[in-house]
Amino acid sequence: MIGLVHYLVVSAILFTMGVLGIFVNRKNLIVILMAIELILLAVNLNLVAFSAYLHDLVGQVFAMFVLTVAAGEAAIGLAILVIYFRGRGTISVDDVNRMKG
Amino acid sequence: MSYAANLAMTLPELVLGVGAIVLMLVSAWGGPGSTRLVSWASVAILAGAGIALTGPAGNGGPAFDGLYRADAFAAFSKVLIYIATAIAILMAPGFFQRTSGDDLRPEYPVLMLLSAAGMGMMVSATDMLTLYVGLELQSLAAYVLASFMRRDARSAEAGLKYFVLGALASGILLYGISLVYGFSGTTLFDGIAAAYAGQRSMGLLFGLVFVFAGIAFKISAVPFHMWTPDVYEGAPTPVTAFFASAPKVAAMGLAVRVAIEAMGPATDQWRQIVIFAALASIVLGAVAAIGQTNIKRLLAYSSINNVGFALIGLAAGTPAGVAGVMTYMTIYIAMTLGSFLVVLQMRDEDGQPVETIASLSGMSRTRPALAAAMAMFMFSLAGIPPLFGFYAKFAVFDAAVAAGLFPLAAVGIAASTIGAYYYLRVVKTMYFDEPVTAFPRFEGEVLQGGLIAVAAVFISPLGYFAIPLLGGWAMAAAQALF
Repeated sequence: MIGLVHYLVVSAILFTMGVLGIFVNRKNLIVILMAIELILLAVNLNLVAFSAYLHDLVGQVFAMFVLTVAAGEAAIGLAILVIYFRGRGTISVDDVNRMKG
Repeated sequence: MSYAANLAMTLPELVLGVGAIVLMLVSAWGGPGSTRLVSWASVAILAGAGIALTGPAGNGGPAFDGLYRADAFAAFSKVLIYIATAIAILMAPGFFQRTSGDDLRPEYPVLMLLSAAGMGMMVSATDMLTLYVGLELQSLAAYVLASFMRRDARSAEAGLKYFVLGALASGILLYGISLVYGFSGTTLFDGIAAAYAGQRSMGLLFGLVFVFAGIAFKISAVPFHMWTPDVYEGAPTPVTAFFASAPKVAAMGLAVRVAIEAMGPATDQWRQIVIFAALASIVLGAVAAIGQTNIKRLLAYSSINNVGFALIGLAAGTPAGVAGVMTYMTIYIAMTLGSFLVVLQMRDEDGQPVETIASLSGMSRTRPALAAAMAMFMFSLAGIPPLFGFYAKFAVFDAAVAAGLFPLAAVGIAASTIGAYYYLRVVKTMYFDEPVTAFPRFEGEVLQGGLIAVAAVFISPLGYFAIPLLGGWAMAAAQALF
């Protein structure tokens, strides 16, 4: 029987992978966008699992909102990535260094 | 309560949202030539939203079954947000025209309006869902604004960094919200507070930590400050001025509301986090600013430093502390917008922006009035009496001492002297170094000069006349939360 704890563990693993994907990845900015999606998916899994466990619909409504906002966020992220690529001709993470820090 | 009565409570956000959509259509039809019209119309819409606060939207209580609340705290924050947004809109057209050669695109004020609508929702939210949607509306508009100068490599890079780290912050905040929801069974602040008042499970504490980490990102408190200097340096100066003022007020308002209303019973738990973030922000903001040569980076560290002082008021966790935070943010936005208006005056003969601190050398002889204003902003940011910035720091330290946080207040005051060093270095560069080329004056900048003068008068000792009024409003705002 798959219980609440299993979902929470999977969600925590996904979340950690997403955060690591942003900080460890040195190759490619697209991977960072994917890592952000992974974090949001981890959150959604959490919300839906809690929603089912608590017999409360708010979690699922919240998950719908997160999905919608994530779509908008990805659109804006890709748009910024495109203008960045036009100016610099690369999307390598190591090249995002015009300013120190 | 009828639906119309609910809508009346959210009138400022409705005005901003509908206004932004209408102006978007105007700018789509009018093209770049409509910027002037759209800018002034945006300012008028912000003023309209401010006027709407005098009705039920100012102090009407809960709306939409507790998802949203119109109270004195939200109204106070919204007034600050609208003023800061309007100034950021007004300072932009000249800058973009000189820097990129063509007119400012009319989407700029529209994005500002959408961002202001999101910020209004942030400070009025009494539910995690409203909070999240408002925060994302503000952030998504801000990512686009940061990369608004599309052909400038630094602007695009600033937008990219802001987007990645902002999205990460939203993710962390959301993860915290999901834990809080799961372990309290509700997303309403009242229900969450009830859960924290009872037996606190490990999940609730984890949720609290994640939520505060996400909020710390948004207010750029240490240890989640690393995006600030790069984004502030790379973004176009009017946008930087906007980032340093309105979203800071909104995120700080959100932090206060979540801390007091949703997690008030867990004050002892979050107080540790807030104290650490406050002290780390003050010290790091002061120390890291010393080596900077770029004025916008310097002001970025200054904003980190100032957020630390504002958090001291929150750490007190009392009505006086919250009133101190609101007073601090009011005075802070006057100082920071004034500083950025002076930075806008730094440019070469072609109108291209100059950002090195060294280029300020001898400004007291080439542009004496401007140098005097900048010196006042710097002294005030350093908290040197008799300027008004001193009262801001006094208000938060007073609240911290009254709440018994003596070590916090002592360390904070000691660290503020480190900060004074780099503020005074700017003043020294302007007043005692040999003049270099003077910054030229351009036509049609009466408005900016007037705004600098207003900010300078407000933070001058004359500002102390405003204390009874300001203190009364801030206290009324704080009382609304307890």
